[in-house]
Amino acid sequence: MSDHEQRTPVELQGLAANDPHLQPASKNPKQAERVIAVCFVLGIIFVAAFGACFWINAQPWKIGATLGAGLSFLGIGLVAWGKYLMPQGPFVEDRHDLANSTDDRDAFAAAIVQRGGDVVKRRKLLGGLLGAGMGIFGVVAMFPLLRSLGPLPKKTLDSTDWRKGTYAVDITGRRVRVGDLAVGSIVTVYPEGTQNTDRGQAVDQTVLIRISNENFTTMKGRENWGPQGYLAYSKLCTHLGCPVGLYEQELQVLVCPCHQSTFNVLNGAEPEFGPAPRPLPQLPLYVDASGYIRAQSDFDQPVGPGFWERS
Amino acid sequence: MSIDVPNTRRAKAQAKGPFGSVGKILDELDDRLGVAKGGRTFMDKIFPDHWSFMLGEIALYSFVILLVTGVFLTLYYIPSSDLVTYHGSYLPLVGQRVSEAYASTVNLSFAVRGGLLMRQMHHWSCDIFVGAIVVHMARVFFTGAFRKPRELNWSIGLTLLTLAIINGFLGYSLPDDLISGTGIRIAYSIVLAMPVVGTYIAFWLFGGNFPGTAIIPRFFILHVLIIPGIMLALVGAHLYLLVRQKHTQFPGKGRTEKNVVGSPMFPVFMAKTTGFLFIVGGITALLAAFAQINPIWQFGPYEASRISYAVQPDLYMAFLDGALRIWPSWTFHSFGHTIPFEVFVPAIVFPGLVFGLCYMWPTIERIFTKDNELHNLLDRPINRPKRTAAGVSVGMLIVVLFFASSTDVIANFFHVSLEEVLIAMRVLVVITPLISYPVTYKICKELQAAKGGKRKVANTVTRSEEGEYVATPAPVYVDDLHSDLAAMQVPRFIAPAPDDVEEGSGTRVVER
Repeated sequence: MSDHEQRTPVELQGLAANDPHLQPASKNPKQAERVIAVCFVLGIIFVAAFGACFWINAQPWKIGATLGAGLSFLGIGLVAWGKYLMPQGPFVEDRHDLANSTDDRDAFAAAIVQRGGDVVKRRKLLGGLLGAGMGIFGVVAMFPLLRSLGPLPKKTLDSTDWRKGTYAVDITGRRVRVGDLAVGSIVTVYPEGTQNTDRGQAVDQTVLIRISNENFTTMKGRENWGPQGYLAYSKLCTHLGCPVGLYEQELQVLVCPCHQSTFNVLNGAEPEFGPAPRPLPQLPLYVDASGYIRAQSDFDQPVGPGFWERS
Repeated sequence: MSIDVPNTRRAKAQAKGPFGSVGKILDELDDRLGVAKGGRTFMDKIFPDHWSFMLGEIALYSFVILLVTGVFLTLYYIPSSDLVTYHGSYLPLVGQRVSEAYASTVNLSFAVRGGLLMRQMHHWSCDIFVGAIVVHMARVFFTGAFRKPRELNWSIGLTLLTLAIINGFLGYSLPDDLISGTGIRIAYSIVLAMPVVGTYIAFWLFGGNFPGTAIIPRFFILHVLIIPGIMLALVGAHLYLLVRQKHTQFPGKGRTEKNVVGSPMFPVFMAKTTGFLFIVGGITALLAAFAQINPIWQFGPYEASRISYAVQPDLYMAFLDGALRIWPSWTFHSFGHTIPFEVFVPAIVFPGLVFGLCYMWPTIERIFTKDNELHNLLDRPINRPKRTAAGVSVGMLIVVLFFASSTDVIANFFHVSLEEVLIAMRVLVVITPLISYPVTYKICKELQAAKGGKRKVANTVTRSEEGEYVATPAPVYVDDLHSDLAAMQVPRFIAPAPDDVEEGSGTRVVER
């Protein structure tokens, strides 16, 4: 009995082992083998070294260097083995058309269009009802996703926590007094009580700049908003809401580090440069009898970047 | 009575059949699963050899590295924005109130063995992943590999690129450091800028007004499960279609629309590609070992009212940041509504147009060329000057926008004013694509006329005793040897060479 004959019927093509297609591509296989062997030996050494480095908790660069060198040497050796020592070929394979015969296509189309279509056409009412049910489900199925994920915006984007009489405090919660800032200084302030909250830091943040010792009017209608040279602007850039954190004292501008929008402090924070479309909203201030800086009211417009409902 | 008892090594081997115990195992498998036919077809599958076909492999293997290193990171990262007091080994942060996400990322970098390496490998392989996809996509585009029948795979690849960019951004945001937090703030404002639905989507995505309560856990589950899951499925579909439709090839000797010439899957391609996986892994590890990336402990934790200089996103988001920087401050404000065109156009409409153009390109090209044939042979880019010029033009637009995302750094570095850099960028972004198109077109036409395409053969110049110089063609390169042989089918078996000495059967007759 012969297994061999069962496995390889006569029509199967074989190839003699000395056929040029099976020869290595390298002109000098012995040398190639030596080089690849060296790569593998180096790979083994470095991979082992990686294990050792990891075990003794060596510095990260040593762990990475040994791992990287080990993998690279093993990889280079393996690629070289495939490229220089394995059968050089070239070998070919036929592409068979993926498209089927017209008969097969028609049968498939008929199954869908005729067999399926007829079923629906004959029972139009049922088809309509099923369609309506699926359609409604498709819409309401979004509700659990959408309505659970978060609240509706409502008017929350329109206002901040500044109110009439709110004290301006710094990040530590200390109320700012009129004598605290020298001319030319800046501090980030929050409505008292919000300085440690997410909303206080993300929405209510306001820059307080002292530009002189005299009452300062940035524009018409804001005559009493800048008592004793104190000006307060929302710190949220009107472009994309980054904190407008850079104050250039000589030019009297606030610069947003994200996209370089520049706002003129003396001019109601009118944008002078960059992509910001609107001035930073100004917070009307007053100094109370004890010398504390307080807000006259909230900002007169929504702070931060634009959105559809912003009127 | 006499029977054959196999008791020598060779005889025992022969009793198992010509393929030994491996053959036995394969037989058993085939009895149950019927794998022999399909298995052999797969082993014989031909992969054409060209260096540019490995670009997709770089992307695939970076994805593997991302999955492996990512799993490691999930074991130590805590997706929580709850504030804790840092008490780790990085002294400058000790005692600060930071989010658990930030603290756990710093801890896994310093306190977990191999943690910093894994984190850096993860970040580096992400950059390599997106970069490799883009370069692979460029290869597919410029050689026309996206044409019928491969339009679907082109779309799958584009979707993978989109998801890779999104997931890269999500992962970049997870450490909750100052720079990535600013990135999230910008992303929130971009969502907000969508007309009509923007505020709703932003509130649902973030669970409320910025910063919301849910960003970190939501970004985490999207980053480690949902998006990678979709990507894994799409990578599977991408490779399945590659196998089903077979690889494209460049025209050449013996290569037609109806065949594939190259190396068989096993063992040649498998050796090369596995080796390549190791090399990609090795290079990523070396980068992670020697090139620091995203040192979040230096940036500090995110606080909404803090910011740092030179805020730039990761590589693959840079073109969007560039567009945001140089787009003018045009806004719409009327009828009680605001449309922030200054954000909506560069950050939503523009990438939508670029990606939409890419998705539509196979259709667009078919409409113009009226070419509805199946294509398995690749184009040389110079032979399709209009397509090449269009691709270079869009590519240059992205390159200019990439540099535009560093206007402040450029201004500082070259000591010029920010305004001049901005104006220069605005001019460049318009004229570069406009100039690129005709220049590329002309170069293609010139190259066509030059009738290039064959590698020049090197000459060896020798001087004879009389002083005469003779040039003879130098020996051909190893690569060129291929062309000397005609391509043939992968053999079903390998027979011994005819000159091998026939050996005896190796069984011994035992008398009982």
